[in-house]
Amino acid sequence: MGALSTIAVMILILLQILREGLPVLHLHFFLDSPKNMGREGGIFSTIIGTMALTAVAIFFGAPLGVGTAVFLREYTRESKISRIIRFGTDCLAGVPSIIFGLFGFVFFVIRLNMGWSILSGGLTLAAMILPTVISTAEESIKAIPPSYREVSFSLGGTKWQTITRVVLPSALPGIFTGVLLSVGRSIGETAAIILTAGSSLVMPTSLFSPIRTMSVHFYILAREGISMKMAYGTGAALILLVLMVNIIAQWLINRYIQHRT
Amino acid sequence: MSRGSKIVINDFSFYYDSSQALRKINLDIRPKEIFTAFGPARSGKTTFLKSLNRLTDLISGASHTGTIHLDGMNIYDPRVELTHLRRRIGMVFDLPTPLPMSVFDNVAYGPKLNKIIHRRRLTEMVEKALRSAVLWEEVKDRLFTSALRLSGGQQQRLCIARILALEPEVLLLDEPCSGLDPISTASIEETLIQLKKDYTIILVPHNVQQASRVADRAGFFLNGELVEEGPSYQIFTKPGDKRTEDYVTGRFG
Repeated sequence: MGALSTIAVMILILLQILREGLPVLHLHFFLDSPKNMGREGGIFSTIIGTMALTAVAIFFGAPLGVGTAVFLREYTRESKISRIIRFGTDCLAGVPSIIFGLFGFVFFVIRLNMGWSILSGGLTLAAMILPTVISTAEESIKAIPPSYREVSFSLGGTKWQTITRVVLPSALPGIFTGVLLSVGRSIGETAAIILTAGSSLVMPTSLFSPIRTMSVHFYILAREGISMKMAYGTGAALILLVLMVNIIAQWLINRYIQHRT
Repeated sequence: MSRGSKIVINDFSFYYDSSQALRKINLDIRPKEIFTAFGPARSGKTTFLKSLNRLTDLISGASHTGTIHLDGMNIYDPRVELTHLRRRIGMVFDLPTPLPMSVFDNVAYGPKLNKIIHRRRLTEMVEKALRSAVLWEEVKDRLFTSALRLSGGQQQRLCIARILALEPEVLLLDEPCSGLDPISTASIEETLIQLKKDYTIILVPHNVQQASRVADRAGFFLNGELVEEGPSYQIFTKPGDKRTEDYVTGRFG
């Protein structure tokens, strides 16, 4: 019953968005930049903005998160330090995104003088996704049979070789899942992004350009009553984008697992 | 120190935190023999094996007294490079432990750690190791499929091949047949007898029968103590110690 209603809710949302949005989705909607505040034209610059922001977030967030997980699992035993780090990540996970936005605004935008930019927004998102990446990576590292490590050591492997050649490759599917969740969260975020990356419709030219992501575009179009039609179109495109990312990622990860087992 | 011994163990005791796992072991292992360390469960056999290539270092709170010399070199000397020691003394575990990668990559794992990356060189080493482990004929057509798809017996011989690719001097085998059927067990035992020509082998056997089938010399472990050791015909037919006799004849254990 619960599973059924979950699926029902999902289908209802999809149907509603797609019914309103699909008619807008022509090729030029994807490839034209917005005109007249988004009343006309397409959403090309916001697609680029979304991708750039997400890429920056993952670029900084994923290595840091995985590194933290490796440190917690492979380099420390349960200790005061590891408990403090875990407590920190748990707290971070519970912080509302608008607080991250505020932090990003005060710290990256103003203190570090990065302005409203892809970099400020991406770094803010990186901090936001850190708890997810850490906990999923930690879980998947924990699930690796201890015998793998023992084998690697017994064959003369150093700790570093063991981590890079056995532990991380085995944990990769789990890590990937965490990163994927983070991609979803980055794509869907609005409040924190408006505060840190702005909402400019101009095509970005560098990491220091302000941008508007698709979610923010959707929000502004709907909130300011600019064009519900375009808002739904953006929403539909967003859903398709997320779906595509998930399908491709799932396919890649299945191939990877199949290759190893 | 007696001449001609590969490994000389002197008054070696081992502790996990406060509990003692090995009690003053004194033992010489000769080159190119199969020595079996047998005894009931929890008698210290695995600890004994793992302390020979210092896999015990991975356990927190462990400590030891006494010495172990490999070719006259104290293996617990701080100057000893662990990775080097473990390449000289390879270990096969009680359950097959293929890594989740292809057959080829499993065997090439050790050499690659050792910075051997030349493809043709690797291919030669892998083939040689698989032949020595009497596995080549069975896997030569599927070197690049996952090792997890091999049967249990094949996986265990793969683990032996993986060690052999490092060209070690000593092989430690911890009940290598415990998860295997009698036919796979027979093929592993044949492999061991083949390998004796080139390697010093220390085996914790699956049971007394296996010990008596393959061993040149044997040592009986009980509660962390090496009760007695000697040529296997002697240990298994007329042991000197009452406890060994009771165990060998099946009165306990």
